[in-house]
Amino acid sequence: MSGAHAHGSAVDSLFVEAESAVHGLAPEAKLVALVGFVVAAALTPRTSVWAFGVYAVAIWLVVFVSHVPVRVVLRRLAVIVPFVIFAVLIPFIGGGEQTQVLGVSLSVDGLWAMWNILAKASIGATASIVLSATTRVPDVLTGLTRLRVPRVLVAIIAFMMRYLDLLVRQLGRMRTSMTARCHDPRWLWQVKPIASSAGALFVRSYERGERVHQAMLARGYTGTMPTLDRRPATAVDWSRAASLPLVAVVTLIVAVVL
Amino acid sequence: MTSVLAMHAPDGFLEPAVALVTGVLSVVVIVFGLRVAGRELGDRQIPLAGIAAAFIFAAQMFNFPVAAGTTGHLLGGALAAILLGPWVGMVVVSVVVVVQALLFADGGLTALGYNVLNMAVVTAFGGWAVFRLARRFLPRNSTGVVGASALAAGVSVVLSAAAFSIEWLFGASAPVPFDTVFGAMVGVHVLIGIGEAVLTGLVVGAVMASRPDLVAGAADLDAEQRAQRGKVGMKPFVIGGVLASIVFATVVSQFAVDNPDGLEKVAIDQGFIESGTDHALDSFIFADYATSGVGNETLSLAIAGLFGTVVTLAVGFGLLSASRSGRRAAAI
Repeated sequence: MSGAHAHGSAVDSLFVEAESAVHGLAPEAKLVALVGFVVAAALTPRTSVWAFGVYAVAIWLVVFVSHVPVRVVLRRLAVIVPFVIFAVLIPFIGGGEQTQVLGVSLSVDGLWAMWNILAKASIGATASIVLSATTRVPDVLTGLTRLRVPRVLVAIIAFMMRYLDLLVRQLGRMRTSMTARCHDPRWLWQVKPIASSAGALFVRSYERGERVHQAMLARGYTGTMPTLDRRPATAVDWSRAASLPLVAVVTLIVAVVL
Repeated sequence: MTSVLAMHAPDGFLEPAVALVTGVLSVVVIVFGLRVAGRELGDRQIPLAGIAAAFIFAAQMFNFPVAAGTTGHLLGGALAAILLGPWVGMVVVSVVVVVQALLFADGGLTALGYNVLNMAVVTAFGGWAVFRLARRFLPRNSTGVVGASALAAGVSVVLSAAAFSIEWLFGASAPVPFDTVFGAMVGVHVLIGIGEAVLTGLVVGAVMASRPDLVAGAADLDAEQRAQRGKVGMKPFVIGGVLASIVFATVVSQFAVDNPDGLEKVAIDQGFIESGTDHALDSFIFADYATSGVGNETLSLAIAGLFGTVVTLAVGFGLLSASRSGRRAAAI
């Protein structure tokens, strides 16, 4: 999350501009499909390896249909790497029946646990990536509102997304000016200037929040946010979007029954 | 990298039952928190909480040096609670966690229940509880607030790790016994807590120096007390923190090492055959895995119970003092 992101844009780079059936779907249908798919995958018993194959094929089909470049998806999948490292450790420290692989004793259940976390984590993350890569943030928020997520919560998320890049860049500029003045910390006790700039950023953010609130009041804000209504989901949207969770639910049922 | 262990768990990390129960809990707490935040902030709620959430998100992206090339980043649960008050702080951090899962694929959607609980609810209310407690023993001035903030932030990270370990006991997805997870999680997070403590203390100090009126945790101080700022050297502060944490980590790791189910032992000589099959409790309270590798269920149960109590007490105390300070503010 650091490095490449720290000085660039976090929000704008989420959406991948393209013309595709996935881009065109109404956001609420996409959100329901995504959640249904991920829940079905999470409920699938780990021993049904074939089921995860079905999920992977299904979600990657969606990726190809959406024209989102594969390398973009793979690059953003890197967020799960820390947990991959943890998952890979499990067979070494896990208890239970042991098996020998290349002379190393590994826990059988640990191997299953590793597989379970790797499969579910990568399928879940890929689904989230498809959503944010094919849906603009305001559309995601409209979709959440239509799905009856409390308006206050959606409005808070909207403000967060609107000001996120601004704040990240502001922090980046502070860091740059510190570096320009030869601040190159290497130890925890040299951290004070960074913390001070974070404190300054908080004060500036809070004051910005108050200023924005004043500006909103000046424009007639009464406590609820106006919403621009985009095209609501049609039956076609719902049926198209339903194909993904439908495949997953059928797979889940077969996997549980078998 | 340093902070990811307890945090942002992906899909499938804990069993569905735990995901469901923590999910319901988190939704209830967030809905209630939104109402309290709405009362406290009025129609300023949306812009202020939104921009504060952006601030926490931005602060998490920013790396700080720890030692010789390694870096860490702020988690911000306790920081948000101290700056904005526990309810608003909890809502703000929850929003950050939800957005990270939904749009940044950072943490699973089905793991949101325990992720919100561990990273927002436990850190905000646990941190607030420690903060209020520490304030009682520290001088009533700016230095006291900064010291209490540092302590609260450090402990909040450890509480979060403990909460995760307890959830692991109920819904482990892997045959790693509770004591191993607990020892490793708390051990690692004691170290992460040092960074969190130093950073949070300094950030609160910086805000106290310029706009002390914005620090919710210092609302009870008058202008003169806010102006009293002692100088604390950074080096003794960090070294003191490290020493205290090492003592704490040693004590905690004894659980994992001293008892026969320690890290290596489990891998080498524990089999499922030895594990208790006759404990009626196991079959429905615990998932198969958390206790199956453990020879001594009573001990791990005792540890879990102890820390469950500590976490619950801390969060409960935070909730209590949060509602009390809210009432006081309303009375004025």
